[in-house]
Amino acid sequence: MINYILKRIFEMIPTLFGITLISFMILHLAPGKPTDVLADFNPKITPEARERLEKMYNLDKPITVQYVLWLKKIVKLDFGESFSSDRRPVIDKIWDSKQPLFERRLFITFMLNVITMFVILIIAIPLGITSATHQNTLYDRITTTSVFIGFATPSFWLALLLMMFFGVYLGWLPISGLKSMNYDSLSLTGKIIDRINHLILPVFVYAFGGLAGDSRYMRSSMLEVIRQDYIKVARAKGLPERVVIYRHALRNALLPLITLIGLSVPGLIGGSVIMESIFGIPGMGQLLFMSVMTRDYPVIMGIVIIVGFLTLLGNLLADIGYMLADPRIRH
Amino acid sequence: MKTSLLKDIFWKRFKKNKIAVIGAIIVFLLFIIALFAPLLSPYNQNDIDRNHILEPPSFKHPFGTDDLGRDVFSRMIYGARTSLLVGFVAVGIATIIGIFFGSIAGYYGGWTDRIIMRFIDIMLTIPTFFLILAVIAFIGPSIWNIMIVIGLTSWMGVARLVRAEFLSLKEREFVLAAKAMGASDRRIIFKHILINSLAPVFVSAVLGIAGAVLLESGLSFLGLGVQPPTPTWGNILTLGKDNIEIAWWLSVFPGFAILLTVLGYNLLGEGIRDALDPRLWEAE
Repeated sequence: MINYILKRIFEMIPTLFGITLISFMILHLAPGKPTDVLADFNPKITPEARERLEKMYNLDKPITVQYVLWLKKIVKLDFGESFSSDRRPVIDKIWDSKQPLFERRLFITFMLNVITMFVILIIAIPLGITSATHQNTLYDRITTTSVFIGFATPSFWLALLLMMFFGVYLGWLPISGLKSMNYDSLSLTGKIIDRINHLILPVFVYAFGGLAGDSRYMRSSMLEVIRQDYIKVARAKGLPERVVIYRHALRNALLPLITLIGLSVPGLIGGSVIMESIFGIPGMGQLLFMSVMTRDYPVIMGIVIIVGFLTLLGNLLADIGYMLADPRIRH
Repeated sequence: MKTSLLKDIFWKRFKKNKIAVIGAIIVFLLFIIALFAPLLSPYNQNDIDRNHILEPPSFKHPFGTDDLGRDVFSRMIYGARTSLLVGFVAVGIATIIGIFFGSIAGYYGGWTDRIIMRFIDIMLTIPTFFLILAVIAFIGPSIWNIMIVIGLTSWMGVARLVRAEFLSLKEREFVLAAKAMGASDRRIIFKHILINSLAPVFVSAVLGIAGAVLLESGLSFLGLGVQPPTPTWGNILTLGKDNIEIAWWLSVFPGFAILLTVLGYNLLGEGIRDALDPRLWEAE
């Protein structure tokens, strides 16, 4: 098993290399240069100044040379400096060690995704199970229909509707940011409540999209399992249905869900761009959006490689989890 | 004779599936709306009326007016055109690329297969939405750029599907017979194997359109989609966000249109899949 994990970690390296190569080429081959954006903001910039800037950023060199230069730095975990006027190191923008943990962009996005995943599983698993055990009943039909509607609902639209209803109309929940203006003056409990209030809408909207897929998946996995012979045996032994479903069937039906969790990492993080821009959450998605608009190559590449790495890690952890849970495939 | 029998079974099963029929009706209506947009819209979709900005729905303007006094109902009817065009072209591109890579990988196997599959794995791990955003921001958000970029980043599923079909079909007798008769690789790939694996590809294309419509509206919502004055449901929603405290109608209607459209394609796709699935035929 250790050998298998080591082999998998080793295999991640070429994939990660491929991710950087393809992303780098796509970004840099798209027409236009970051200095165009500078020139848009400052029309007085002289051609000489532009050339100097391009030289400083190595943009005058052939793209292969640029890539090798970038790669040389990245293997030392040096993400380079942002092209924006503050010229801060990319890593400081993503993971600012001077800030408290809760204010760091990567942490914010990561935490939101973890909480969301947790909420999704807590709802999707029971929903999927009951939908499967009540197959073809009215209940099953209602959940299946809801799942189809859930699939089709654009998350940003749902966000807008909820913001309009709970934020603007009822005034119950804040619609932007992760904490209130007066956060620092609140007591500890006040701070915690404030944080939670700010999380309710984003987490709900985030979870809503994933919920449909995961509960559907859980349902079909459960249906598959209850057709198996060992379930028939359990029933034939006279075990109560509750024990058959929750002790015998559930354990086996949960297995494929582990893989699904691993696979849903890129989708969730990808969605964070839209979510963070709607709810004004200062996470990595928001940073990516700002960097994209100003062609801040080093920041974009930094985020792409971190997210790529997290995705691979998610897949690996899912596979390990699968192996731990299922003795049949433990080699 | 045989094909017409299969066709009969397909239609019988499809028509029995109420949900699939609802999907088909939604998609059909969408086509009609897009096709007859000029006849259906009460106003010119781009006519600005400074005296009637941000008016709530009324008999004159069933879906209200936007911040420039344009009729939202008319703009949404034209938005159906954008949505339809983006969905079909983007998925068309993705399907062609997917078929190309999938059939080569599945047919030739070995190193070709390994390289292509590794490439697909990488593409699936790259946060493609980030790259789409970046590229669109760089090359400029026009409708053609968006369709091409969405197409270029969403072919991996089709490729895997086609590869799997090829792997299972290429050892069948009819392919071996074609090979024995000296048919060229190209002929075998296109005339013998691909033809027989088109059904699942078609299903995944229909489902893919739903994904592309959602993606385009998300991009439009971020301001990186099809640009105004061309109306899209996504860019009307952006106005809804900007005027969230005063104009609910700018958010509610376009979002609902996206939901219905995506729902329609999904139901249709699932319906076709179920009707084509021989394993489900026994059940009746």
